[in-house]
Amino acid sequence: MNEYELVIGMEIHVELKTKSGMFCACKNDQSLDKKPNIYTCPVCLGLPGALPVPNKTAIDWTIMLGLALGSEIAEVSKFDRKHYFYPDLPKGYQISQYDMPLCVGGFVDTSFGKVRLHRIHLEEDTGTLKHTLLDGKRVSLVDFNRSGTPLVEIVTEPDIHSSEQAKEFLKTLHQIVRFVGISDADMEKGSMRLEPNISVRRKGATEMPKYKVEVKNINSFKFAAAAIEYEFNRHVAILEKGEIPVQETRGWNEDKNATVSQRVKEGAADYRYFPEPDIPPLRFTKEYIETLRAALPKLADEVKSDVMSAHGLNEYQGKMLVENTIKLTKFQTIVSLPSIQRANVSGPTIANWIINKDIDPSSSENQIADQIIASQTIVVVSDDDLMKAIVEVMEANPKAVADFKAGKEPVKMFLFGNVIRELKGKGDKERVVALLEEKLAA
Amino acid sequence: MDSLSSMLYWRQVNKNLLDLSILELAKRLQDKSITSVELVDESYERMEASESVIHAAITIRDKKEALALAKKADETRTAHSSPLHGMPYVVKDGYVTKDLRTTAASKVLDTFMSPYNATVIEKLEAKGAILIGKMNMDAWGHGASTENTDYPVTKNPWDITRSAGGSGGGPAAAIALRYVPFAIGEDTGGSIRLPAAWCGITSLKVTYGRVSRYGAIAYASSLDTVGPTAKTAEDCAVVLEAIAGVDPKDATSSPHAVDDYANGMTKSLTGKRIAFPTEYYKEGLDTEIKAAIFKAREQFVSLGAVVEDVSMPLLEFGVPVYYILAPSETSSNLGRYDGVRYGNGRELFTKETSRRVMTGTYALSSGYYDAYYKKAQKARTVFIKNYASILSKYDAILAPVTTVPATKFGALLEDPVANMMMDVYNVTVNIVGVPSLALPCGFTKDGLPMGMQLIGNMHGEKTLISLGSAYQSATDWHTKTPQGVTI
Repeated sequence: MNEYELVIGMEIHVELKTKSGMFCACKNDQSLDKKPNIYTCPVCLGLPGALPVPNKTAIDWTIMLGLALGSEIAEVSKFDRKHYFYPDLPKGYQISQYDMPLCVGGFVDTSFGKVRLHRIHLEEDTGTLKHTLLDGKRVSLVDFNRSGTPLVEIVTEPDIHSSEQAKEFLKTLHQIVRFVGISDADMEKGSMRLEPNISVRRKGATEMPKYKVEVKNINSFKFAAAAIEYEFNRHVAILEKGEIPVQETRGWNEDKNATVSQRVKEGAADYRYFPEPDIPPLRFTKEYIETLRAALPKLADEVKSDVMSAHGLNEYQGKMLVENTIKLTKFQTIVSLPSIQRANVSGPTIANWIINKDIDPSSSENQIADQIIASQTIVVVSDDDLMKAIVEVMEANPKAVADFKAGKEPVKMFLFGNVIRELKGKGDKERVVALLEEKLAA
Repeated sequence: MDSLSSMLYWRQVNKNLLDLSILELAKRLQDKSITSVELVDESYERMEASESVIHAAITIRDKKEALALAKKADETRTAHSSPLHGMPYVVKDGYVTKDLRTTAASKVLDTFMSPYNATVIEKLEAKGAILIGKMNMDAWGHGASTENTDYPVTKNPWDITRSAGGSGGGPAAAIALRYVPFAIGEDTGGSIRLPAAWCGITSLKVTYGRVSRYGAIAYASSLDTVGPTAKTAEDCAVVLEAIAGVDPKDATSSPHAVDDYANGMTKSLTGKRIAFPTEYYKEGLDTEIKAAIFKAREQFVSLGAVVEDVSMPLLEFGVPVYYILAPSETSSNLGRYDGVRYGNGRELFTKETSRRVMTGTYALSSGYYDAYYKKAQKARTVFIKNYASILSKYDAILAPVTTVPATKFGALLEDPVANMMMDVYNVTVNIVGVPSLALPCGFTKDGLPMGMQLIGNMHGEKTLISLGSAYQSATDWHTKTPQGVTI
């Protein structure tokens, strides 16, 4: 197994949370529990005579995402028609971008190395199909609510070489998308969809493998990593037999914890791309792109280093806060409350509280602040009382003490926890540790 | 045929209001010497008299309904009403309408009721015009003779053994027979102009984007234009003023200001310059048509215009380029009629439509795209430059519309190449996007109408209308109606 390495390129689709559709005025509502076909019009139903008019906000947001990811923004871009027949595609073509995407290049840093982006383009989402039983008959129902939702596609270079790197890349990208504020990127709802293109080659080889397997239906980072691991093992087994895995599309099956074959691709599909004649080419001046750059909100990395330096947080605390915008907002509010400042509670203390405590979502920032302040008021307990509690705990747990003496170091934490419980949380914890160690060593 | 004879009788005893110009009708409606009810009534009389033979229409609005609308128009007319208020009109069946079914002359859409109106319909409705019928055409606009319709074929009112032209044969025949004061046609490669020439009426192919395409069933999106068909250049101007303008629903519609097209027409053309492309008058052009346009040239000179020979050597490349661009786009636009929706499937496409869809699918295929579609788009730029160089020095180009007068039925249906070549003078106008006014310029010795076209600069409609109007003030070809037709 060690002789092989993964080569993965990722395609990520992100539904933008614009107010209206990509090419029509229909409401862009991505909630899942609505009635079918309530947000439709001649344009997103592809009715005869209807024409698409591009959504400016969607275009601006795609450019902003490109700017946030270090892409080059096209001065001239256009939409193209991508043709294929499917019942959820009412025009017989999808309006997408072919050879002149809005953004080219860019990258996402991971601790395993840089993942370069190939391109970012904008297109319209399709409707959805529901295969079901109706009056005892098997039918496929089409729901066009999603048809025409603005959809951004981000395509990477094949720079990902492990499931850990894939996961880290996806998490970072997810965070950037959310910080730019253009999508909820909710994988459960399908507003962020991941499609790794996976191949395996011998370590040290530089040429691209002659095949790739695309995996769809992945709705979490965990499953993305699991699917990659599964595929790695599957490909290696085939390669070991001297064969080449079949080029195909597979789906992640959550119940089986495996990928299953969906569709074998025989050669490249011919989408008969040509420039969308209903939409004039798009032109952007440098000044315009700069106004979009200026409107870009701070990104996660920037927010993290800001919050770390302003409040003396460590890397872990910064990361935990930035990954959860609710916690970050809470932290930022609480840290600046007058009550907190009067009590002189440190930033790291507040951060730890917010990160580690199961905070009742209904409690206000002021209530949380009061709890934090209360916890900081140390009740002084004498060494004698501390030692008394330690002795009691040791006597009550002779086996633990014996285990510790036999070399089981972690048992110390068990004893410590019991002492603290005995003290009902009072007392200086560092002093407890010191006295406990002293007593155990005796 | 009895129905036509009865129409002729009917005309002798009636007022023939529909022979009058739109502005004259509007004046009489304003001074209440006539009513919309009378106008609409006359429209139905005329249709009832000849439709069983001519088949200009696919769908006609219920007469009672139309008369009710006319009555309402008479009641709501004010001094500020549009000249089109209470004016009956028809459209080619390629425009979607809420009230009447829309077929594009294809059985694929036989029962299709659109949930929305095309912008051009909305605009005319806002002016108070009354839609009374959906007119015949080659299905999806594919053809030059209206023979590719899935409904009874439109007959040429001047000779019912001949084609009314296409693709908009229905609207042209309707105007020739004065069913209504005006009609809305659609021109992708001559579909407004060719039938106008064969039916002896006036029509305007507008600048690309001048009139919104929203709700016009797409044939070839980058070439499709929405324009008026009427008796005179002036009538076309009045209608254009009502339908032109930018539309937020059509990203390709032009923000260029709408002119007062019917204003400022003069009888003198002093200072106007007209180009006469010599390549257009060589072999292939019917000698009678050639002679008629040479006479028209003299007419323009006597009106004060300067007419000069120019060279436009790209003519022969127009049809090949058009027959890559248009089928490519149509193969894409017709993909939605896949049998899942609209009731009927692709097996109902005509031979001509299948031919164009297959040609276009091939031209867009990977490996062929560069050699065909992309190359055709490059050629398009060459045409644009060629036209621009001529039109920077001239107000208009005087050209034929067709190589021959109306053909006998079957001639174009049996010869797809002849069908393509029929629009040799027309297609480059769409490829470039400039406007063109087609107007009658005489009759053959057999009594068939002949037409010519004045091709103008981008957004040069007003100039074309003033040229056409001056010509029509000095000639009477446009006043002739098919009364003496032998049937």
